[in-house]
Amino acid sequence: MQKLLGLAGAMAFIATTALAQSPVYKITPELEAAAKKEGKLTIYTSVDVKVAEAIAKAFESKYEGIKVTVERNGAERQFSKIGQEYSSQIFNVDTVNSSDAAHFIYWKREGWLAPALPQEVAERYPKGSFDEQGFYAPWRASLSVIAYNNKMVTDAEAPKSFKELLDAKWKGKLVKAHPGYSGTILTATFQISRDIGWDYLEKLAAQQIMQVQSSTDPPRKVVAGERPVMVDGNEYNVFLEQAKGAPISIVYPTEGTPLVIGPSGIMKNAKNPNAARLYHAWSFSKEAQQMSVNVGGLRSFHPDVVEPAGRTPLGKIKLMKDDPVAVDKQVEQIKQQYLKYFKT
Amino acid sequence: MTAIALNEAEQRRSLAGPDLSGLVLGATALFLLALIGLPVGWLLAYAFSDKAGAVTLANFQALLDDPTLREPLVTTFSLASLVAFFAALAAAPMAWAVARTDLPGRRAVRAMMTASFVTPPFLGAIAWEILAAPNSGILNKLWRDLSGADEALVNIYSFGGLVFVMACYTAPYVFVVLTNALDRIPADLEDAAGILGAGRWKIVRSVTLPLALPALLAGALVAFLQAMILFGSPAILALPAGFHTVTTKVYALFQFPPKPQVAAAAALPLLLVTVALLWIQGRIIGRRGFAVVGGKAGEPRLLVLGAWRWPVLGLVLLVLALPLFLPYAALLKAAVSRIPSGPFDAANLTLTNISFVFLEFSQTQRAFANTFILAFTTATAGTGLALIVAYMAARRAAPGAKALEFLATAPIAIPGIVLGVGLFLAYTRGPVVLYGTLWILFLGFLTIELPAAFQQLRASFRSVHPELEEASRILGADRLVTLRRITAPLLKSGVIAGWCLIFIGVVRELSAAVMLATSNTKVLSVVIYDLNESGNLGAIAVLGVAMLLVTFAVVGLANWVAGVGAGIGIRKT
Repeated sequence: MQKLLGLAGAMAFIATTALAQSPVYKITPELEAAAKKEGKLTIYTSVDVKVAEAIAKAFESKYEGIKVTVERNGAERQFSKIGQEYSSQIFNVDTVNSSDAAHFIYWKREGWLAPALPQEVAERYPKGSFDEQGFYAPWRASLSVIAYNNKMVTDAEAPKSFKELLDAKWKGKLVKAHPGYSGTILTATFQISRDIGWDYLEKLAAQQIMQVQSSTDPPRKVVAGERPVMVDGNEYNVFLEQAKGAPISIVYPTEGTPLVIGPSGIMKNAKNPNAARLYHAWSFSKEAQQMSVNVGGLRSFHPDVVEPAGRTPLGKIKLMKDDPVAVDKQVEQIKQQYLKYFKT
Repeated sequence: MTAIALNEAEQRRSLAGPDLSGLVLGATALFLLALIGLPVGWLLAYAFSDKAGAVTLANFQALLDDPTLREPLVTTFSLASLVAFFAALAAAPMAWAVARTDLPGRRAVRAMMTASFVTPPFLGAIAWEILAAPNSGILNKLWRDLSGADEALVNIYSFGGLVFVMACYTAPYVFVVLTNALDRIPADLEDAAGILGAGRWKIVRSVTLPLALPALLAGALVAFLQAMILFGSPAILALPAGFHTVTTKVYALFQFPPKPQVAAAAALPLLLVTVALLWIQGRIIGRRGFAVVGGKAGEPRLLVLGAWRWPVLGLVLLVLALPLFLPYAALLKAAVSRIPSGPFDAANLTLTNISFVFLEFSQTQRAFANTFILAFTTATAGTGLALIVAYMAARRAAPGAKALEFLATAPIAIPGIVLGVGLFLAYTRGPVVLYGTLWILFLGFLTIELPAAFQQLRASFRSVHPELEEASRILGADRLVTLRRITAPLLKSGVIAGWCLIFIGVVRELSAAVMLATSNTKVLSVVIYDLNESGNLGAIAVLGVAMLLVTFAVVGLANWVAGVGAGIGIRKT
């Protein structure tokens, strides 16, 4: 009898590990009910706060009874914050999205993430774009672009490449976001330093640039006319400004445009694991992805998502290659080098 | 001691229960000791240790060797010196005009200086971004339109711009210290000089000025300290300008990869300089400032401005425009504008900022709740604590009262960011983990705000004659009962003023809060700081204005409840 019990235990153990080994899941009525029982969800994200809140509100109205709290910070600050909270055993965050894909390599290594791969991602998203073990998947992508205020700079005068920004005529006219704060800019700084070289950034630092923090901010500064040209910043915020009729135009530099992928994942110690899984799966659905593209100006890996008219398709843009593994290794060095040249 | 006396004492005790004052004194002392000792102790421990925990001086060596750590120190001290100088330069004539002349609207001017004290410096800095960003700033655009010039009139994103904004919001400290001193200079001394044949200006030069000089110096020192420890304004203006101050550097050192040891070492100079300057300030005030306090001095003699009154008033209003009228107008405009500094026309008008903050933004409600829960609890607990300590100190109720007084004043020497670092180090590990709860913010705010409330209440105690308390004690009440039933009601206005001081202080606190808040415990100042990082100025304006309205309403209500005549810092002229 005892043997039999032991055998049954061993089989149950094997069954659960087998289940745990396959991270693929989809939204079921049971998951929905369990999520509604939890009734709340905390999302940490580095996407623009208005985009994040709009998507959270769409989730709330689709799954009534789940209250979503959005905690928006720049990816690098968010990363510090999660580190501080986790080392004090504070598990506020349920699901996280970061514009610095290297963070997920770190969190996975630390064992902070839960494996959860929405079926739609496993079946429809391009192979290689998501973690095979299901710890993270690309919720969004965007570019860090050059842009200019087209009332202050004519299309002919506008810079066509990164190197042109070093021209004396742009001195005091540039605005730039900060890699110590923004994951997008950290990623872009890595790609630019790799493809163009640190000496470009050293010379750029001598151009009396205006330094802001978030990559969501340079487009606002250009639209307000504070600086006519932004050196880097979110393509999606430029799209959003353009949709409001603001006088801002994008330049995809000839050297290539930094591609910034923003993965999402679920924390292993999430207090609302079911709500987190429900949101996570929904956020990768065509419905949510199309919304992030239409309302948020983001790029999507979902194959069925349609790009709105007027935006240059990704296929027509020369892109710099993203490499989160390298960023993960070099992050401290990148920040120090930047501090040396830009003084902040 | 005779048996009869002993008997009497016993009788008294049996009437009113045991005298708990010794116990209360001990408990208060222990609490204060832990409140200050824990964070400062951890700060020191970290500053002198390496990553493995071994004792080292390497962190201080890094301060000297590493230019990215050394430069912020140099910047901070030159910044603070300039701010103190300009704050004194602006505040001194204002204080003189308000306290010693027949300037029309003197009381209103005092009230407005107090209002600019309520304005959080970070909100002031953001408002000045809207006004004086070199290209998009409203004032610079106006200047270009009027003058046809290409260059900006003022560039707020610069060292000079930061000095200006910080001087705007530290000048009220100089003003308050100076007006209080000028109010106290008795007419007798000036009259005496007049009788001896001195002319009006000779009196100002040889009597009024020397008597006010220590206060001016003391005020400038306060301004220096404030400028040195301020985090909000530099965090908002120094980064675009491309430099760090010590406070922003300390904060940056806590970002990934965190270097708490170096941060602790970088924070220590602030602590040391503050202690040194407070000691100097004590010497200045101790020697001369209080020489004319009390006594039966006559009303101060007001200089009749005559035809000069309107030009002087105009000048005063112009100065008031800088911390008050212009920034508030800019915030109100930004709240309803698509582009904060854009033209004031229909195309730029919007209600989306307001609807975003109150309908979409999921942090608004919680941040308001956290902020005002903390403000109420800290103000109430802090006033209670300050009341006990002030009573012990003023009445010399027990041996050790002097030490207690020191403990209640000591936090004044701990800059907010330093305290934030210390509290973070102290309460993110056992035995008591408070990080992630409102308690850690409560302790931080209580520590920071205690000295101001204590000083306010100590001053109030000095104005209540002990004979009323003695009467109560003779009738058999112990110290605590006497404090509750006799002294406290007499101190009502002082207590309310102390409570309001803490309340306002908590609402405008950013430097400790930014270190200590987590997503569940965010307060408004931190939410505003986060929004500023991504440049959401419209949302900030809405939140900021709402925050100020609630603050003014609560302070107004507190004063109304307390009855007429209990204003904060607004004395009758």
